[in-house]
Amino acid sequence: MPKTMPKTMYDKIWDNHLVEERGKGVGLIYIDRHLVHEVTSPQAFDGLRAAGRDIRRRDSIIAVPDHNVPTKDRDQDNPDAMSVAQLEALEANSKEYALDYIPMNDARQGIVHVIGPEQGFTQPGVTMVCGDSHTSTHGAFGALAFGIGTSEVEHVMATQTLLLKKAKNMRVTVNGDLPVGCSAKDVALAIIGAVGTAGGTGHVIEYAGSVIEALTMEGRMTLCNMSIEAGARAGLVAPDDKTFNYIKGRPYAPKAGQWDAAVSFWRSLRSDEGAKFDKEVVLNGNDIVPQVTWGTSPEDVVPVTGEVPAPETFSEPSKQEGAQKALDYMGLVAGQKITNISVDRVFVGSCTNSRIEDMREVAAVIKGRKKADTVKEVLIVPGSGLVKAQAEEEGLDKIFEAAGFDWREPGCSMCLAMNADKALPGEHVASTSNRNFVGRQGPGARTHLVSPAMAAAAAIAGHFVDVRDF
Amino acid sequence: MEKFTKITSIATPFPRSNVDTDIIIPAKHLKSIKRTGFAAGAFESVRYDAGGTLIEDNVFDGPKYKGAQILIAGDNFGCGSSREHAPWAIDELGYRCIIAPSFADIFASNCIKNGILTVSLPQADVDALVMAAEAGHPITVDLDAQTVACENALYTFDFNPTHKDMLMEGLDEIGQTLKSKGAIADFEAKQKLMTPWLYR
Ligand code: SF4
Repeated sequence: MPKTMPKTMYDKIWDNHLVEERGKGVGLIYIDRHLVHEVTSPQAFDGLRAAGRDIRRRDSIIAVPDHNVPTKDRDQDNPDAMSVAQLEALEANSKEYALDYIPMNDARQGIVHVIGPEQGFTQPGVTMVCGDSHTSTHGAFGALAFGIGTSEVEHVMATQTLLLKKAKNMRVTVNGDLPVGCSAKDVALAIIGAVGTAGGTGHVIEYAGSVIEALTMEGRMTLCNMSIEAGARAGLVAPDDKTFNYIKGRPYAPKAGQWDAAVSFWRSLRSDEGAKFDKEVVLNGNDIVPQVTWGTSPEDVVPVTGEVPAPETFSEPSKQEGAQKALDYMGLVAGQKITNISVDRVFVGSCTNSRIEDMREVAAVIKGRKKADTVKEVLIVPGSGLVKAQAEEEGLDKIFEAAGFDWREPGCSMCLAMNADKALPGEHVASTSNRNFVGRQGPGARTHLVSPAMAAAAAIAGHFVDVRDF
Repeated sequence: MEKFTKITSIATPFPRSNVDTDIIIPAKHLKSIKRTGFAAGAFESVRYDAGGTLIEDNVFDGPKYKGAQILIAGDNFGCGSSREHAPWAIDELGYRCIIAPSFADIFASNCIKNGILTVSLPQADVDALVMAAEAGHPITVDLDAQTVACENALYTFDFNPTHKDMLMEGLDEIGQTLKSKGAIADFEAKQKLMTPWLYR
């Protein structure tokens, strides 16, 4: 291979971490960073103990509980025995192996994918894993980050490596400018709507174009977060000055003496001019409209100005059948205007949209207004204790409370309803999370994925509305 | 993981077809945060009556097959959910080898990961082994020679060479990767020079 062969960012990170070539595109890949939470780790620790093995690099790990922590009354007994067992196991394991552990009552506690960047642990060019599929979030910094299963968690702890098959390169370019009222969430949903939930299968997606460059780091995280919903295991955005400024000064960031070397290394990571992508998709950002999902897969998405599609309009019989099933589950009829769907509950949170900008976006929409009486509950769940503190310093909590919203403690909450935060059967939920699967927010719950601004507007109106005219 | 070379033991006959992982370990026992503690719930529907009382002379707990390290099973053994708890439970019951006409793929690979040998033999041979097991004859499984011997009969079986190495050396996937310990350490030494800020 000639030395000048242009490489993609993914190629570079792969090559930088290849410990051993194993043939047929398989490599033993070194893992730099590992985030650990309470649900997918207990058996991994147990496996280590059973085999008498140690953790190879404690300094590569941060452990934090998030999936099933309660979001209120934390000073009272947790009624869920399973959750208590998992939380206690994480604490005991972290102590036994002397890991950096952030307990539930620590100001830094929060969703793994919010605290990684917040602590400066997420950095360009690293390989990063976590026993959670939305690890793709960290790709916003140009980190190769992806979710793994419990036996792989144990494998990384013991060996600091994974045996991986190299993925293909895909580039999604979003040109132009994003219209006012649209956010990174709408870009993510529009991309998934365009490529489908299998569009990125077997690929790592690099996001490029003027819309991506203009996004804040928080917006890039929202976008990369949903790469997994587009079928890709990981997403990437080329690191730039915004990235470096975000990282600078955070607890795990390179220290002053190493900073310049780090930045110049990070600058070298972007895809070379002329690098080859196996698949290219181009979208025009000017055409993007606030998005709302109507079905039970993230690709079941339409603009808020649209209507629920008729199953007959899908080309393949299997899709038609799927659409009919989705409509039955969602209690919707073909042709119904999206703005005619009323909302019973609203959830603003999850690793997709629970950062300070999301909180500000909600506050800006609802300031001086009240939630509709028909909306039973509006949960605002910050992604971390630091987000919570920042929001309170800005007085956002007061705006939420004045509107009749419920301001909670940080955690995954109603994103997957593993704790007490659940929607009831048949209820329509406007949710800023990433998955609208059957039963995800509680048995029978009907999830509509939207941006924070759209969720806020729906909470006030009692049904979906176009936040651009709100 | 314990090395697997050759074992001689009496065998438990359980020649039912399509035994799924829900029979091996029912879902309600999966709530544990450990990878041990599944022995009590293993094969629950076979070992306990509807009221939850242990059936005294069931094949797993009765005196006849006590201490058996070999399980003789039916075809498509281990089908259904991919739960790794199934081999964990079988391991805890003391079995090191399962002989059956066929196994479900994921179950078989989960067995290797946990040091359990799965031997596939033609149905007629398995039938003969079931009879021998019921008669209390010991069976010898030799992984190196890839043979199963019982009384005067000798059967040979096929086995994936990589998996054979792993079992014979007592290596799970992590153990296999740790053979590259040297390369991993070299990588770290090099990376520490290039990107020292990743190390504390
Ligand atoms: S917020 Fe939801 S998607 Fe994100 S880590 Fe938690 S459960 Fe997973």
